Amino acid sequence: MTNFAELSTEDRLKHLQGTLAKRHAKEKRLKTYGIIAITFAITFLVVLLTTVVSNGYTALQQTEMRLALDIPVEELVDENGTIDLKKSADFNWSGMLKKSLRKNFPEVKGMMDRRNLSDLLSANAGYELRQDLEKMGRIDRPSGYFWVKTSDDVDMLMKGRMSRDIPEDQRRLSNVQIGWVDQLVDQGAIRKVFNKSFFTKADSREPESAGILGAVVGSALALIVTVVFALPLAVMAAIYLEYFAKPGRVTDLIEVNINNLAAVPSIVFGLLGLAVFLGFFGMPRSAPLVGGMVLALMTLPTIIIATRASIRAVPSSIRDAALGIGASPMQAALDHVLPLAAPGILTGTIIGLAQALGETAPLIMIGMVAFIVDVPDGLTSPATALPVQIFIWSDSAERAFYERSSLAIVCLLLFLIVMNLTAVILRKKLERKW
Amino acid sequence: MTDMTNKLTAKNVDVFYGEKQALKSVSIDIQDKNVTAFIGPSGCGKSTFLRCFNRMNDVIPSARVSGEIILDGVDINSDDIDPVLLRAQVGMVFQKPNPFPKSIYDNVSYGPRIHGLAAHKDDLDAIVEDSLKKAGLWAEVADRLQDQATGLSGGQQQRLCIARAIAVNPSVLLMDEPCSALDPIATAVIEDLIEGLKSRYSIIIVTHSMQQAARVSEKTAYFHLGKLVEFGDTKQIFTNPAHEQTEAYISGKIG
Ligand SMILES: Nc1ncnc2c1ncn2[C@@H]1O[C@H](COP(=O)(O)OP(=O)(O)O)[C@@H](O)[C@H]1O
Ligand SMILES: [Mg+2]
Repeated sequence: MTNFAELSTEDRLKHLQGTLAKRHAKEKRLKTYGIIAITFAITFLVVLLTTVVSNGYTALQQTEMRLALDIPVEELVDENGTIDLKKSADFNWSGMLKKSLRKNFPEVKGMMDRRNLSDLLSANAGYELRQDLEKMGRIDRPSGYFWVKTSDDVDMLMKGRMSRDIPEDQRRLSNVQIGWVDQLVDQGAIRKVFNKSFFTKADSREPESAGILGAVVGSALALIVTVVFALPLAVMAAIYLEYFAKPGRVTDLIEVNINNLAAVPSIVFGLLGLAVFLGFFGMPRSAPLVGGMVLALMTLPTIIIATRASIRAVPSSIRDAALGIGASPMQAALDHVLPLAAPGILTGTIIGLAQALGETAPLIMIGMVAFIVDVPDGLTSPATALPVQIFIWSDSAERAFYERSSLAIVCLLLFLIVMNLTAVILRKKLERKW
Repeated sequence: MTDMTNKLTAKNVDVFYGEKQALKSVSIDIQDKNVTAFIGPSGCGKSTFLRCFNRMNDVIPSARVSGEIILDGVDINSDDIDPVLLRAQVGMVFQKPNPFPKSIYDNVSYGPRIHGLAAHKDDLDAIVEDSLKKAGLWAEVADRLQDQATGLSGGQQQRLCIARAIAVNPSVLLMDEPCSALDPIATAVIEDLIEGLKSRYSIIIVTHSMQQAARVSEKTAYFHLGKLVEFGDTKQIFTNPAHEQTEAYISGKIG
C-alpha cells in the first residue's frame, strides 16, 4: 500500500492523473453505451415509421375508370324530376356500368370473359353511383362520361403493388385482364384521385369502399364514455386516498392494488367487461358504451396515480389556509387544491386516454370486433374502434386492405401524437411555479 | 369557573406526534382582548400548542391531542365540536404568507362565502372592504381587488391573510410567527396592526423575536422542550423572570 500522505507533491499529482485517466475511460465507455442505445431506439422508430408510411401512403389515392353512361332518367324520376327512391332501388345500376364497359371492348365474348371484364369494376361501383345521385336528388347530366371506382385489383396494379412478373396463376388479374387495363390506360380512361371514401365511410368487404370513419367515430364515442366514467371516479378516489383515508392496513392494501391494477394486462379488463357488463348486466355487445366502460376501468389507475401526484405537488400551505378559515376538508380540496392540481390531472387523463385509444384486446373481448358497415350513431349502436379496425384489415387477404391498414395506423399514430402534444402543451401552459 | 375575562383555558394538554411527545401537560389561561406571546427556542412546541386552539393538529395524521381546551366555557376537544365551526371563531395566520392563488377579492370573500355570512353581493363587498381596512391594506389594494393576490409583496400578502382571517369575524386570532418571512418595515406595519386589532380580538402570537414579544404583548409564555416554563406579564418576564431557563433564553444564552 502506498501511503499517500508521504508522497511528494509531484508523485501525488502523477498518481491522481493515473486514476483520472481510468475514470475518463470509464465515463467515455458509458457514454458510448448510451449513444448506441439511443441510436438503436431511433433506428427502430425510423424503420417502423418509414415502413408504415411507405406501405400506407398509396391508400390516399383510389383508381377510377371512365365510363360513358346514358342514364335512363325517365325510369328513375317521378313527375317532378326528383329521383324516386323506389324506382332507383329496382334499377340495375351495376348492370348499366358493366354494359358500358363492355361497349369499350366489343371483341369480348362469352360468359367467362365478360365476367372477367366486369371484375375490373368495383363491385360497389353501381351502388355508390346510385347513392351519389340519390343524395343530389335529381339527375342533371344523364349522359356523358362518369368516373367510377375500379376493383381493388386494378387499383393495386395501377399503384404498382401487383407485379406483372409473377406467374399468371399466382396473380389476381390474368394477362388478358391486364391487357384490358392497359388499353383503358391508353384511352385515358383510368385515373387516380384522392381516396375520399377512406375518410368518409365505414368498413366494407370491398377494400376500395372501406373507410376508417366508422372506426374513428367508434373510438371517439368510447373515449367520451371513458372520460365521463374514469375522470370523476379517479379524481374522487385520489382525493379520498390523499385526504380522507385513515392510514392503515386497508389503505395500504388499496394503494398497492391501485398500483398493481395499472399493470394488469388489458385483456383481463376485457374479460371483466364481458363477464360483468355483458354477462351480468346484459348490456349490448359491440357497443361503444361498454367499450368505453371497459377502457375506463383500465384508465382509472393511471388517472388516480396522476391525480395523487398532482395533488401532492400543491403546497400544503394552500390547504392549511382554507382549513384555517373553516373550509370543510372537501371544500378545501375542491375549491383550492383541485384547481391547482388540474393541469397535472388533465395531462394524466390525456395520457391515459391515449393508452386507451390504442387498446385492442379488451374491445375484442366485448365484441367491438364485428364487421360494421355503418358509422355508429349512438353509444349503443354496434361499432368498432380504430385499432380494432386495423387488426381486422391486416387479417384480410386482399392486398388493398394491407395498404389501408397501414394508412389507418398512420392515422392512429397521428391521433396519439396530437393527444400527447396536447398534454405537453397544456402542462407547459398551465404549469405553475411555486 | 375561572376568571370571566379568560377567553381560552388549556388544561393539561399533551400532544404526541406518533410516539414522540411534543407538548407535556401544558396549562394556561388566555385573557380576552389581549395579546399573548409564545416564545421559546425552536422546536419547543409553540406552533404545536397554537394549533391546538383551532384543532389544526387534526389535519396532521400522526398528531394526537389530549387534555382540555376551553373556549368561552366549552371544551373544543370534545367530539361534538365541529372543527369547521371552531375555525370560524378562531382564525389563524400562518408563518409563511399563504394567499390563495386567486384574486385579492376572492381571498377575503372566501371565508364569508362558505360560512354564508353575506346574503348579497353588496354585503360581501362590504365585508371585504371592512376586513381589508382593519388589516390596513385597503388603501393599497382598493383599486385592484381583482388582481392576483400572489402579485402582492410579502408584507401585503401577510396583511391579506390577516384580512382573510378576520373576514369571518372570529373572536380569537392565532398568529404563528407572522413576521418571520418579512422585512423590518413590513414587520413594523404588522406590529402596528396587531396593536390596533387587540381591542377586538384575543390574539396569540408565536414569535422568535423577543423584541417583538416585548413590543406587542401583554402576556408572555416561555416554552422549553414541550413544557410551559413560565407565564406572566410580559414586563415581568422580560425584566424579572422567575426561572433560570427563561432568563437564559431572554439574555440570549439559549437560542
Ligand atoms: N407534523 C409533525 N410531525 C412530527 N413531528 C412534528 C410535526 N410538527 C412538529 N413536530 C415536532 O414537534 C416538536 C415541536 O414542533 P413545533 O411545534 O413546530 O415547534 P416550534 O414551533 O416551537 O418551533 C418538534 O420537535 C418537531 O420536530
Ligand atoms: Mg413553529
